[in-house]
Formats: sequence, structure tokens, C-alpha cells
Amino acid sequence: MSEPKPTPVTAPDGQEPRPRNLFQRLYAAFESPGRRRALHVVILAILIVTPWISSQYTTVILTNALLYVVLCLGLNIVVGYAGLLDLGYAAFFAVGAYTVSILTQQFGVNFWAAIPFALLAAALAGVIIGGPTLRLRSDYLAIVTLGFGEIVRFTARNLEITGGASGLSHIPEPSLFGWHIDSSIDFYYVFVVLAVVAYVASQRLFDSRLGRAWLYVRHDEDAAEAMGINRVATKLAAYVTGAIFGAIGGIFFSVNLGAISPESFSFQQSVLILLAVVLGGMGKIPGVILGAFIVVLGPELLRDFGTLRLLIFAVLLLLIMLFRPSGIWPEKRS
Amino acid sequence: MLLQLKQVSLSFAGNTVLHDVDFGVEAGRIHSLIGPNGAGKTSMFNVITGFYRPQQGDITLDGERIVKRKPHAVTRMGIARTFQNVRLFREMSVLENVMAGQHCRTKSGALAAILRLPSQRAEERQILETSLECLDFVDLLGQQERLATNLAYGHQRRVEIARALATEPKLLLLDEPAAGLNSSEKQSLIELIRRIRDERGVAVLLIEHDMSLVMNVSERISVLDHGSLIAEGDPHTVQNDPRVIEAYLGQDEEELAL
Repeated sequence: MSEPKPTPVTAPDGQEPRPRNLFQRLYAAFESPGRRRALHVVILAILIVTPWISSQYTTVILTNALLYVVLCLGLNIVVGYAGLLDLGYAAFFAVGAYTVSILTQQFGVNFWAAIPFALLAAALAGVIIGGPTLRLRSDYLAIVTLGFGEIVRFTARNLEITGGASGLSHIPEPSLFGWHIDSSIDFYYVFVVLAVVAYVASQRLFDSRLGRAWLYVRHDEDAAEAMGINRVATKLAAYVTGAIFGAIGGIFFSVNLGAISPESFSFQQSVLILLAVVLGGMGKIPGVILGAFIVVLGPELLRDFGTLRLLIFAVLLLLIMLFRPSGIWPEKRS
Repeated sequence: MLLQLKQVSLSFAGNTVLHDVDFGVEAGRIHSLIGPNGAGKTSMFNVITGFYRPQQGDITLDGERIVKRKPHAVTRMGIARTFQNVRLFREMSVLENVMAGQHCRTKSGALAAILRLPSQRAEERQILETSLECLDFVDLLGQQERLATNLAYGHQRRVEIARALATEPKLLLLDEPAAGLNSSEKQSLIELIRRIRDERGVAVLLIEHDMSLVMNVSERISVLDHGSLIAEGDPHTVQNDPRVIEAYLGQDEEELAL
């Protein structure tokens, strides 16, 4: 057992260091519960009103951003909280999308009845990949998850039931109590609800016994074990919870588009989700949401630059990581 | 016997660390494990708590076998420990650190947390209350919101003890709890160890190099040398045991010979 050297940090008895730079002061302003509640109301109002005052194009882009909020909050549980580097997160996204598409389109199952199966499939995928690999060190785990992501994609590409390389199309749109969800505004609101649910669920998870256990295991596995925390079970819980978030994103992604193909779930997709999490600030919920919006809206806002836009976007991302290495809104309390 | 080790042997790559150790701690006792550096004291802690797996031997707590169990399972059965070098969770508050101890006494999962079920909220309240009570017990109430690693070193040691107590143990293992403490802090550590036994009924097994503290607080002392138990008894007996004197003096002679 390797024990780190003792570091007797003897701080003068008094207050914690006060926030110093501009960013820290700005973020500190939103730490008070009253202001945070006000911010929630403002953001929710903006989300509700936006489709009525903007173009359909904006609505579609925002829907995509909200999908990324769900996916990023899910990956944040795995990477940000449990500290497990996952390079194949799109696999869970794919499992959710394909399960629902196959059940509704080929077996005529009702969309809402298909959801539990999709979630179960994603949880199972989480256990299958997580069970044997979570004992590995983080960098090995990254390679295994990368492989897993590719395996899922290639499987989808080669099976008949998944429609091969061209994927599945004509996925029926769902209806809810007579409301036929089909227009882009309908789907926009569905994703607003999903993002809000993902946000509240993340917040509640991190404020719970399990959420704290993820932090303990990330900080010091041995000390966590000595406190009676089963580190493998705790990591597996993070994996499965993350998988379910991903599957929920995938389920609604597939019915929104009406068609899915293996290329929707490529390695690039996994990297983009991870990028948003790292960019926003691992483990910090508002940071991760910000990251999701930047990753989706960034390239759109730079559309005027034509073919140069991805280059400019990449340089901007590099600059952000250079000046804010632990993310735009990092989880740092010391 | 609360804790019982029978013929426990441990070796790493052919090097014997523990050799046929028979050892027991009675319920409600303050028991010390002493011995020269490298005698295998911390290894013995690691064997008891499940971090090392002995090649041979049996370990029981209250008659139940604990050998070959994972550390978290051993903790759940009622053995808590602190580390030789303080190992608090960095970047987490004092309270959050202590709350870690309550993990094995609660069971709410992800779904209960997301839905904020009444049972989950009751559990969270229980975790909070127990943790605050443990902090109060080590006299650190009022410090709970500070970052654990920002506290003075002596206080960090107390947080670690509070965290171990929060697991509601039957037996508490303290690995050199007095290391790095000044004399007044050592005095209050002695009082704390006594209170842990008297008020909470928890047996204490400690490894310690500070002989005046060991002689002062222990009711029973076991001496380990080169992986074997060489003496056991009350402080007075052990102090006058020729084998113990030799084990400690033997070191000095070697040093003198150099």
C-alpha cells in the first residue's frame, strides 16, 4: 500500500481564502441560494419564451444543445464525479437510441412502453463494460471504453436488425395523452423538460450519500475503503447512472430525428461530449451545462467564417484550456 | 476476545513480515502494539483491516471470520482505523470527511436520491446528526464547514478519529495517533482515547512510539519484533521483560557498533 507523505498544512485560524480573480467573484455571486433561485427562474423563462421569438433554425440548434446538456451531465457523473475517464460514452447513447427505435419501428411497441427496456439495456451495458474493467487504472479504463464504443458502433453497422450502415429510418413519433409530438417546437420543449430533469437529478445525486461516495473514492480509494465504502460497487453505480442519462438522451434523439445511423454514435461524438465536460469544469454542474452550450453553439455562431469556422473554434477552445486549465467554471474549493 | 488472530503469517516475495502471530484484543480494552521500526506493526493493522491478505492463519471479530474479506466489509463488521499519515479527503469539508464514516451504516441508492424519497431524507438527516455528534465528541464542533486539509495538523488527526468513529465501530485501530503532536495535544489525545472507551464502549488498539503515552493509557501491551510477538502483559510487566529490553536495546548496540 503506497501512502502519500504527510503534508501538515497549518493554516492560521480564521476564514477560508476569499475569492480573488474576476471569474471567482462572478461565480461566488451565484453561490447564494436566493440568487441561484432567481437565476433558475430567469433561465427557465428564457428557455420557454425563446422558440416564440426566434427562428426555427435557432430552435433546432437549441434542442441539440439541450440534448448535449443531458449527455454531458450524464458523463459528468462518470468523469467529473467518480473520476473515471470514459472515451466511449456514445455507446450508451447508441444503446438507448437503437433499443427504442427497434422496439417501436420493428415490433410496434408503444414508445413509452419501450423506454424501460432501453434504460434496462443501457444499465446492462454499463454493468457489462464496467464490471470487469473498473478495477483497472484510469488510463487503461480509457482505452477499454474507447474499444467498447467502437464495438457498439460496429455491431450496429453489421447487424440486420439495426439496419446496417444506413441505420434505421421512419422511427414513429411519440404522442402523450393525445399530444402528437412532431414539430421542432414540440421536441424543443421535450428536451427542455429532459434537461431540467437531468439537472435536478444531478444536483440531488451529488447532494446524497452516493454522490459523496463518488468523491471519496476519487480522492483516496484506500481511505474510502477503510471507511466502509465498496469502491467497485460505487464506481459501477456511477457507470450505470451515467449510462442511463446517455440512454435517455439517445431515446429522444432517435424519435426527434426519426432516423439514426451508426455514424451518429462515433468516437467523435464521445470526444465532443467529453470535451464539453472538461471545458466547462469537471464535476461542476453549471460549468458542464455551459460547456455543452459552447460545444454546440460555438460552431454555429462562427458560421460566418465559412470553412475556417472549425479552425477558429479549435483555437478558441485551446485558448480557454490554456487560461482556464481546470475548466471555465471549475469545481475548486481550496 | 473481541478480535482474535490465530497463527497469522504474512510475507512479501519471500520476506516474512508476520510470523505465526497469535494475538487478541478484549472488548472494552485499551490495548497497545509496540515494537522497533520495521517490526510489522502497520502490516498487522493492514492484515486485520483486510488491506493485506495473510498467507496463513485465521482472524475473527466477535467469533466471525474476517480474514479474506475486503476492507470495506471489515469496516462494516465493526473495525475502523486511522492511518499513520493522515489521509483525509482533500478539497472536502471537515463535515463531509466525517460523513464518509456513515456510508456503511446507510443504504440509499441513486434512485432514492433522485426522487428524494422520505427514507432517503431521513437517512441524510441521520448521517448529518451522527457526523456532528462525532465531531462534537472530538471537540471540533464549529469547524465543520472548513476544508479538512486547512486545519492544524493536530485537528486533522482528530477529524480522522471522528471519521472512524462515525462508522460506529466495536474496535478502533489508531496508527501512531500521537505522531507530530505537541505535549498538550498528546495529553488531550490520552483523554480522548479514554473517553472513546468509557463513553462509547469502543475497544482501542493503538500503535505508538511515544512510550510515556503508551504506558500511561494502555491496559495491555503487546510487543512485536521481527514479525513475531515476543511479549504481552500489563505496562509494568512489559516494561521489565528482558526480551523487550533486548529488542529495543539490541537496536542501540547495533547503532553503537557502527
